[in-house]
Amino acid sequence: MIEVKNIIKSFGEKKVLNRFSSTFERGKVNLIIGKSGSGKTMAIKCMLGLHSVDSGSIIFNDKDFINLSEKDKKNLRHEIGVVFQGSALFDSMTILENVMFPLKMTSKMSLDKMRERVDFCLKRVDLDNVHNLFPSELSGGMQKRVAIARAIVLNPKYLFCDEPNSGLDPTTATVIDNLLQEITYEYGITTVINTHDMNSVMEIGDNVVFIKDGQKKWSGKGEMVLNTDCADLNNFIFSSKVFQKIKPKK
Amino acid sequence: MSFLITTGQYILFLKSIFFRLETRKVYYSKIIDEINELGMSSIGFVAFISLFVGAVVTLQVAYNMDNPLLPTYLIGLSSRDSLILEFSPTMISLVLAGKIGSHIASSIGTMRVTEQIDALEVMGVNSASYLVLPKICATLIINPFLIILSIALGIVGGWLAGNLTGICPTEDYLVGIQYQFIPFNLAYAIIKTVIFAFIITTVCAFFGYNTRGGALEVGQASTKGVVYTSILIIICNYLITNLMLS
Repeated sequence: MIEVKNIIKSFGEKKVLNRFSSTFERGKVNLIIGKSGSGKTMAIKCMLGLHSVDSGSIIFNDKDFINLSEKDKKNLRHEIGVVFQGSALFDSMTILENVMFPLKMTSKMSLDKMRERVDFCLKRVDLDNVHNLFPSELSGGMQKRVAIARAIVLNPKYLFCDEPNSGLDPTTATVIDNLLQEITYEYGITTVINTHDMNSVMEIGDNVVFIKDGQKKWSGKGEMVLNTDCADLNNFIFSSKVFQKIKPKK
Repeated sequence: MSFLITTGQYILFLKSIFFRLETRKVYYSKIIDEINELGMSSIGFVAFISLFVGAVVTLQVAYNMDNPLLPTYLIGLSSRDSLILEFSPTMISLVLAGKIGSHIASSIGTMRVTEQIDALEVMGVNSASYLVLPKICATLIINPFLIILSIALGIVGGWLAGNLTGICPTEDYLVGIQYQFIPFNLAYAIIKTVIFAFIITTVCAFFGYNTRGGALEVGQASTKGVVYTSILIIICNYLITNLMLS
């Protein structure tokens, strides 16, 4: 479980996160939704320690991430998998090397065992015979799947995904969503996903947190987002004509 | 003020490269790769420039020696000393700043804007050390070899030019390049090269590592890296020469 308490993050005068608090439960797909620029990505980057926070605390299973020593932070990071918005695969490495990279850097496994683990993870994301290709030779959807394979190769306890289905066609986006959901349930991972894709919210959101101007405005289950009294959330969801048509009448 | 801030950030960047290192085996294979990518790929370029500049230096020395009392072997001697003391270590380092430096800044800058550096950080890897230290080691190893090659080919270029134009016969040129040779000059050239190699790698890596934005900013970081590196090389050239030769 991850608990975020009263995080404040500012750039000059502008508060990007303003007392943001939330709880992300284990074995559930936790979604952070909100408009572009609402602070979603910053919230995730603060949780990952890529940006320092001005105040507040981030607790991973009773470990206060902000106050951990560098060594303990490094150890905790080995329990975290991340899928970045643009996949962030290493261009100069093959797919095999990309997925094997976290193992090489952190474990003392033999090369055969590492290869076995990489094969397993690539199979798990339905990729075969791509080991010797470079990221630029794969489609966007395949790159995302490789990124997921790399994120789960160390058996993480926590999985963070920053807009995992942005730039993908609806079919591939659904495949990625379902894959993330399956992995979360299968391995009991605490998964936190940033998205503004309403399909994801409706299909895989076990716990949805709506954020606006760096503040949590609403949280609840995915199926509840269509029936809330939160005006900001309603404005966000029913901004498109398609969703206005399915808006429940009260 | 911004100069002081940038200098402070550069020093902190150097600290992050040399502290909290990864295991040794991580670096070994990367150093070999970098030697290949940064050094071996520059051999042809350096050889081409050195041959022609060696030839031009010889022609210019000959052009300025119209006094019949001056022995012809002085053409070889002057060309040799110009190449060892200044042309090869400084000019080739400036050329390498353009080639290697822009490559380093743009490759690291691209990794930054495509979140590959963030990916390294969240894996618990010291990204600055993992990415930059092998490049520093590689250039410190390979650049002195490139400069020695440049000196040798520059002298060959001078001999070819002198011989083909008939301004300096082979015998006189060979006497000239051996006459009053001071081995310390070679040490001076290599010391300069090593310092310049460190500047090229770290300054360009610094600008690449701190890129924010997109493709435009990567280009700007690359340009900034090469400009600042060139300025620092010129300043350090003067300081090292003042310290070692005056």
